[in-house]
Amino acid sequence: MLRFKALVTGVVVATFAVLVVGAAAGGASPASFPVTIAASNGKVTVAKKPRRIVSLSPTATESLFAIGAGSHIVAVDDQSDFPTTAPRTSLSGFTPNVEAIAAYRPDLVVIAYDPKGLSGALGRLGITVIHHDGAVTFKGAYQQIRQLGLVTGHEPEATRLIGRMKSKIAGIVRTARRSGGGLSVYHELTPDLYSATSKTFVGKVYAALGLRNIADEADAVGTGYPQLSAEYVVSASPDLIVLADTVCCGQKASTVAARPGWDRISAVRTGSVVRIDDSIASRWGPRLVNFFRAMSSALTRLRQ
Amino acid sequence: MSIAAEQATDVRARGLTPIWTCAAVVFLLCSLAIGVLAGPIDLGVGAVLESAAAHLHIPGFTSSLTPTEEAILWQIRVPRVILAALVGAMLALAGATYQGVFRNPLADPYLLGVAAGAGLGATIAIAYLPEGLRGQRALPMAAFVGGAVAVLLTYAVGRSARRERDAATLVLAGVTVAAFFTAWQTFVQQQNAETLQQVYSWILGNIPSTGWSDVILILPYVAVAVVVILALRRVVDVLSLGDDEAASLGIDVRRVRLALVVAATLGTAAAVAVSGLIGFVGIIVPHAIRLVSGVGYRALLPLSVIIGAGFLVLADVVARTALSPAEIPLGVVTAFFGAPFFALVLRTTRGGGS
Repeated sequence: MLRFKALVTGVVVATFAVLVVGAAAGGASPASFPVTIAASNGKVTVAKKPRRIVSLSPTATESLFAIGAGSHIVAVDDQSDFPTTAPRTSLSGFTPNVEAIAAYRPDLVVIAYDPKGLSGALGRLGITVIHHDGAVTFKGAYQQIRQLGLVTGHEPEATRLIGRMKSKIAGIVRTARRSGGGLSVYHELTPDLYSATSKTFVGKVYAALGLRNIADEADAVGTGYPQLSAEYVVSASPDLIVLADTVCCGQKASTVAARPGWDRISAVRTGSVVRIDDSIASRWGPRLVNFFRAMSSALTRLRQ
Repeated sequence: MSIAAEQATDVRARGLTPIWTCAAVVFLLCSLAIGVLAGPIDLGVGAVLESAAAHLHIPGFTSSLTPTEEAILWQIRVPRVILAALVGAMLALAGATYQGVFRNPLADPYLLGVAAGAGLGATIAIAYLPEGLRGQRALPMAAFVGGAVAVLLTYAVGRSARRERDAATLVLAGVTVAAFFTAWQTFVQQQNAETLQQVYSWILGNIPSTGWSDVILILPYVAVAVVVILALRRVVDVLSLGDDEAASLGIDVRRVRLALVVAATLGTAAAVAVSGLIGFVGIIVPHAIRLVSGVGYRALLPLSVIIGAGFLVLADVVARTALSPAEIPLGVVTAFFGAPFFALVLRTTRGGGS
């Protein structure tokens, strides 16, 4: 709950800051340094173009490679499995070891999670840290990409990437809305029925596609991630089931159909149980487009 | 000898009375009825009764429920209620048994490390077993082995102190073993971050909506444990007086104690394997019965089975319906009510001795 709040605050702060900084930097040449951005860990000034970047955020890893900053990345964390060319190491973003990170002699470290004063410790070693917490809006996600572009001197590429993402997503949404309107969706995070509501990042994808999220009704506490009761899911009988627990927990259409009572669910009857790579569904980087595309093609199949 | 015999007679006087038996059975039946009728989806009392009658092939009754509602009732809700009853019965019985055998009023299945061991076993299974083998059977087996190893270790550590009579020694041994296993489990979890979510969900106790498969899975373990422990229930009374007294009455203390501990561990490990860690049931239920009725183990053990079953069914109703259609982890519900009660038990036992 607290973390969620921090996340929201962080993104809101980041949003405003980028607007300000973006406006200020508008006329300057793209590779001008120093550059100041406002990330989740406050104002961060990058004095000169980073040459040795360590990314402990799988989302940032994807974004950095997508904007052409990949060649300056010396190490990524153990969860950064995309793109495969990323220099994956045993560094952990969840239980980070400051010395192990410092051993790569980075001049910039990007993190998505800041446990036990990680950013403070790295800061004391003179290493610039950008903390990009999980985005809760598409806008927030785009702004993180733009910030990464600014601090790595790849701002034009970042702007182009964002433009491409926006236009592709808009196209997908236009077609999908025609087929998906009014249908209901259940997004599964774990086999014990944790789901995500429309106010989460992943939930906003479904909302954009015009789907009704069955988790919305169950989120009395407002965490965004309620645990649904099996009775409710069966009774709500969603038209589309999206499994984001395929890699962690080996869920697939057959295991879902085998659950007691689930054979009554509309999505199971029509074969609309979609597996989505956990990492695509849990990151807020450039592959957001892939997520949209996968959902859109599922909806098209469902309509046929 | 004469004192022991006197105490044994005294114990015999506080046996199972019809009133308490009836009260317990009525409590269980009410709990089961509430469990079946209450849920996130309102099926209607009449419709549920009709459907039950139809399923029992009572002539003249047909179910008015839709196929989906039938599935919700018979494939999700009823098995979950029964699973909660089995787990609750087992945890309460195991707690009461441990308390008697170890002569420690505060012993519960978790204090002796069985849950930490089972947790480690399950974590190792989730983390290292290939996906195909990680099915319904492997997890409880791994949890069972882990739980058994942990309790044996606790017992060994406790004995090595050569102060078996001191109840605190055993609790300390349990705390030590539990801490060790928990640390090991945390390490395995950290090394396998992708399984973190699954392990965490498993640890945060709940009664899963997995239909009849989990019921069938733990039924044999629970049945064996209940039969063995209840068959030895009179012996537990004597054991609770002291080893020498029990031996003087012709009881093979070591063998009986081993049988009881093995049965309780077996059942607890099976229960923990399907439901994760559900705190305080093993303490709340036996002590509530003791406080209210003042019975000896010979009556306490069967009553624990009945009341424990009813208690967990009711707790699961809260877990299922309080934030409906979202769920609250059951372990949170039982600990929320259990922790204040445990404090009360501590106060009471401090005054009156045990």
